This record gives sequence, structure tokens and C-alpha cells, in this order.
Amino acid sequence: MASSMRVRALLKGDVTAITAIVSHPMETGMRKDGGKVIPAHFIQVLTVDVDGKRVVTSHLNTAVSSNPVFNFKVKGAKVGDKAVVSWVDNLGEKGSGEAVVAAG
Amino acid sequence: MKGRLLISAAVVSLGMAGMAWSQGNSATAEIEKYREMLGDGNPAELFEMDGEALWATARGPKNASLQKCDLGLGAGVVKGAYAQMPRYFADSDKVEDLESRLMTCMVKLQGFDRAELSKKPFGTANYKSDMEALVAYVVGQSRGMPMAVPTAHPKEKAAFELGKQIFFYRAGPYDFSCATCHAMTDARIRMQDLPDLTSPAGSQRAYTSWPAYRVSQSLFRSFQWRLNDCFRQQRFPEPTYASESTIALTSYLATMANGATYQGPGIKR
Repeated sequence: MASSMRVRALLKGDVTAITAIVSHPMETGMRKDGGKVIPAHFIQVLTVDVDGKRVVTSHLNTAVSSNPVFNFKVKGAKVGDKAVVSWVDNLGEKGSGEAVVAAG
Repeated sequence: MKGRLLISAAVVSLGMAGMAWSQGNSATAEIEKYREMLGDGNPAELFEMDGEALWATARGPKNASLQKCDLGLGAGVVKGAYAQMPRYFADSDKVEDLESRLMTCMVKLQGFDRAELSKKPFGTANYKSDMEALVAYVVGQSRGMPMAVPTAHPKEKAAFELGKQIFFYRAGPYDFSCATCHAMTDARIRMQDLPDLTSPAGSQRAYTSWPAYRVSQSLFRSFQWRLNDCFRQQRFPEPTYASESTIALTSYLATMANGATYQGPGIKR
């Protein structure tokens, strides 16, 4: 597996584009490896906080690809704000990454 | 009444013809849209991050990093190096592509064994390839640079000529060559456009989008991997990793792409 996460946040006009690339297998539990089922392993909740305020809560399931890329557009963020993207998967594993909002 | 019916029938059939035409067109447009969406965020970045860390990590029997590795632009210069590879290296007295050169550095600086390094260069779902991560990092540092593969040295010329020969060499159970698929314009296999690698436009577009992240495999793939898979599809025996012939073929393709802006690392379906 690659490094856990990369986050970018660019402010254009009054909209901040937040991109998060997460390293995650996103296994559905439906695939087999040599006859043995590969256990399900996928992100269930992904959240975005800007400047300490929750702006996105998303509930994901197995219909999302491995190493997923997320793009969000958020209003009201300022240059220098901290954008934190965090996730929790069905095995209870957690990960998060952050970026400082930059002028794009 | 009868006349009106006829007219409306004619309109209907015209409409159908129009629909069929736009359907063929919109399929290509939809694929373009899909590619654009993919381009918005490329998981290759995760591998670039890994590679960047690996580059600076002291490893191997000599416990050294790769920070003194010379990729052709001087010791430790990574920026823009990939856009000028493969090239002739005086210290190893041969033309090397990126992967061969990285191995040379790993042997010389870090004390790894070349045969050991070439055993398992490509990652799988359960095996993380250091080589592919390093490739991701190095090629990422040439994004936006013009392709300028040097061709002045006699060995570079020889590699180009050998590569060209391999490109047109027909063999295997299917009597295939690279040119069988890649020397026509506007050809496709299923829904994939086949680039004409004998034309500058075709090879520029294809070469500058590799190495790439492969969505269907969730892995980053190097150029040696790309060539390996081409040979597999031709039913050729698997080539030796970073062999003279694969480097020569890379020389031919890279030189054909000269002048284009390097776009990679790319993202593929």
C-alpha cells in the first residue's frame, strides 16, 4: 500500500476546492483470492473539517473504488484555514490528512 | 392527411439516423469525460509520496540514500531528468532508461544486488514495489517539461536503431510486431484508441502519459511494466527486466516523443 493520504485545498473566488486522495483497498467482501473470500474492508465514514468546523460528513459503502479520490467544494473558508479530512473504516481503522487552504 | 403522415415518418427516420450518429460520437466524448474526471485527482500521487520518502531513506547494505544518484543531469538532480531519458551514461558505459539507472544507483550507492533487484520489480495487490514508487517520484518531477531525449552519442543512436528494429520485428505464435497494432492511424481495440507510434503526434501522446496509475489494478505501473505487458499481449516470451532490448525499445519510443510536454504520471482505466 502507498502512503495513507494526500489532501489539497485551493481557494478560488469564494469557493474552496478540497481534494483528498486516500490509500485504501476498499474491498467489497465479494472478491475471491484462490477460492477464499477476501474480507470486506472499506471506508464507512469520511469527514471534512475546515477551521475546526465540520463541513462534510459522508457515508460510503463498497461501491467506491480502491485508492479513492474525493473532491469537495466548500464556501466560507479563508486562506490559511486548516482543512482536515478523516476516515473510519468497517474494521475500525482510522486515517486523516490535512492541508492549509491556499490561494489557487 | 396522407402527406402529413409521410412527412412525419421521414422526420422520424432522420431523427433515428441522427441519434445513431451522435451515439457513436458521444461514446468517445463520454470516455474523454471519464478521462477528464480521472485526471482531477490521480492516486499516482500516493506512490510519488512513497517514492520521495524512499529516495531520501538510507537503505541497503551500505545504508545510503539515493540522494547522490546521477540520473543524467548531475548527482542528485531529479527535476526534469526523466524527460531526458533514456540516455548514455559514461560510468556504466551504456544507454540506460530510468529503471535500469535506478538499479545502477541502488547497486553502486546502496550496495544492493542487481539480479536480486530485477527479480520482482512489479507490484501486486499483496506486494509493494519500491521500484515503482521510486519511478513515480522521479517521473513526477518531470511533469510539464519538454521531452528532450539526447541522440548525439553513438550508443544512443545504436539503441534507437535497435529499438526501431524491435518495434517492427514480427515473431511469436501470432506473427506479431508492435507495429501490427501501433502503425495505423485511427485504429482502436474495443473502445481503446490505438496510438500510431510511428508518427510524432501518436507517440508523443502515448509516451508522455506513461508511467501511469492503473485504476483497474489499483497500482502504479512503470514503463518497463508497460512494455512487458505489450510483449505478453503479442505472446512473446517475457523480456528480462531492464534488458538491452527493452531499453532500446524505450529509446526508440522516447526519442519519437521528443518535443512534446511530458504529462505524467498518467492515469489509465
